[in-house]
Amino acid sequence: MGSSDDATEIDTRPWFDAEQRGRTLYLTAGGSWTVRHAAMLDPQLRAIDAGHVSDVEIDGSAINQLDSTGGWLLVRTKMTFEAAGIRASVFTMPELYAPLLASIEREHVTLPVKIDEHVTLAAFLERVGRATHNVAIQAVGIVGYIGRVTLEWLEAFYAPRGNLRVTALVHQIEDVGINALPIVGLLMFLIGIVLAYQGADQLKRFDLEILTINALGVGVLREIGVLFTAIIIAGRSGSAFTAQIGTMKVNEELDAMQTIGLNVVDVLILPRIIALVIALPFLTFYADVMALVGGAVMCYFDLGITIPMFVRQLHTAVTVNTFLVGLIKAPVFAYVIAMVGCYEGMNVERNAASVGKLTTRSVVESVFLVIVLDAGFSVLFSVLGI
Amino acid sequence: MAVSSDEPVIRLRGVVNRVGGRLLHDHVDLDVYRGEILAVVGGSGTGKSVLLRSIVGLMRPAEGSIEVLGRNVMHLSESGLRALQMRWGVLFQDGALFSSQTVAENIQVPLREYTTMSQRLMNEIAAMKLSMVGLPEDAAQKRPSELSGGMRKRAGLARALALEPELVFLDEPTAGLDPISANLFDELVRGLQESLNLTVFMVTHDLDTLKATADRVAVLVNKQLKIGTVETLRNDSDPWIQEYFSGPRGRAALAS
Repeated sequence: MGSSDDATEIDTRPWFDAEQRGRTLYLTAGGSWTVRHAAMLDPQLRAIDAGHVSDVEIDGSAINQLDSTGGWLLVRTKMTFEAAGIRASVFTMPELYAPLLASIEREHVTLPVKIDEHVTLAAFLERVGRATHNVAIQAVGIVGYIGRVTLEWLEAFYAPRGNLRVTALVHQIEDVGINALPIVGLLMFLIGIVLAYQGADQLKRFDLEILTINALGVGVLREIGVLFTAIIIAGRSGSAFTAQIGTMKVNEELDAMQTIGLNVVDVLILPRIIALVIALPFLTFYADVMALVGGAVMCYFDLGITIPMFVRQLHTAVTVNTFLVGLIKAPVFAYVIAMVGCYEGMNVERNAASVGKLTTRSVVESVFLVIVLDAGFSVLFSVLGI
Repeated sequence: MAVSSDEPVIRLRGVVNRVGGRLLHDHVDLDVYRGEILAVVGGSGTGKSVLLRSIVGLMRPAEGSIEVLGRNVMHLSESGLRALQMRWGVLFQDGALFSSQTVAENIQVPLREYTTMSQRLMNEIAAMKLSMVGLPEDAAQKRPSELSGGMRKRAGLARALALEPELVFLDEPTAGLDPISANLFDELVRGLQESLNLTVFMVTHDLDTLKATADRVAVLVNKQLKIGTVETLRNDSDPWIQEYFSGPRGRAALAS
């Protein structure tokens, strides 16, 4: 092993000798029988051929250093002989190590553990089964949860008993709305640039580059603006909800709240949901503006379309309805993101690993649901002819 | 009692630790001898764990020198520290088992890292270590989250012992255990110390543990260490030490 110079002087190379005389095997061992050398000794000891002997005499009196790993190797060798019907008539070891060897032998009578390899077909099927079962449990859980929160909602609405924590609500709006402005703004500006560039590139071939603005306007206002904002917010705030509530759960803060008589849904969940439902439409509006600004900048540099021209063309391309069709989705997405974030937060178990796992899950689920809902909206709008 | 030789395994000289601008240790000296169990006690926030962490190289003191097994921890190269780490084991407060692995895999982590043993031998050794720390064999396949606090500590100790260290650090070994588990853990530490001839450095609050296991006690008061046996320290004039040993809990623990 590596630590050469600071190894103690008595650390010498271990050795053993197996010699067969008559029907007796004489096994002599010496040197340092320690964990450093176990990897070398182990296969050699297993390879000892004890085919035709009836007795074995093990003499370890030349061993000058022994730890429990080395002790185990000796004890195991002896037990293997005995299990094969060979009598270990002599087992001499230095006096110093007698208690260690005795305790290894005494305590270690059971068979060694078998480590699961996790690769068998059965294990694979088991994992699939477990995962399926978990999905079912999860689905039932989330339905129950939506029901519970909706009830609290309605109660807060119809029979207010101070359920609505205004301070917490304002704080959450700041956190999920205002603090998200820089990241949302920057990303949507860049997306506007990308969309305008791609549109211009294709439409130039038909000399219709002015229609880039139509594509950009409709695309951003109806779809891209709200969808990307929702995805960014799912990654930013949905995950934060899970992590915050999850950490509180690990810390037993939720239990403490309950014993004090605070309603966890009122205190933690409703403010988050309402805050996000309020904030996301505003963020979407802001995102739409930033994306159009990005597109306008790109149009100016790439196609030479000036800002007044851009605005005029945009005016002919989109109506207020185009914008509203996009915006109407925002509160729905917000509701779903906040619900999933809080739900997964409540599901955290009392260990730190679970917080990370469920935070990841919360983001994946909310992004998934947002996209599914967006597709649903598209179908709905096409049926309604909007 | 184990035989203590005169060779210090841990040697602190003039160690100064500051955490967040607050002075915790003001030129602390300490010698821990081979084969003894030394317990560090002190009030909450006095920096007991900080002392342990600076000895094992997890944090660097502002001043002073720390020698472990004859090597100066503060001036070791990466590989020198690695070589030294193989010769000690650390049990953290809640076991600090790797949560994604089973108990057996946890015990095998150091073996896999530092030796070239076959999986078969590592399995045997994991089983042996489990029985050494008094865990049932079926614990081997469990994940840390499926174990009770006491079992996690035992499993953590098994992992700390995997590379046959000469020196073991225990951080609050009995904190959070029920009195029966705590007693059993004290016996376990004492028993292992004797059979493996370990040197043990432990940080504790527990007066029963002190009485049951410690050869010597170092009390951290006023940013200094006062070192002695339980008997000599009981007569110390320091008010905190008086309160500690002569308060109701102290009297109850030491009376028996």
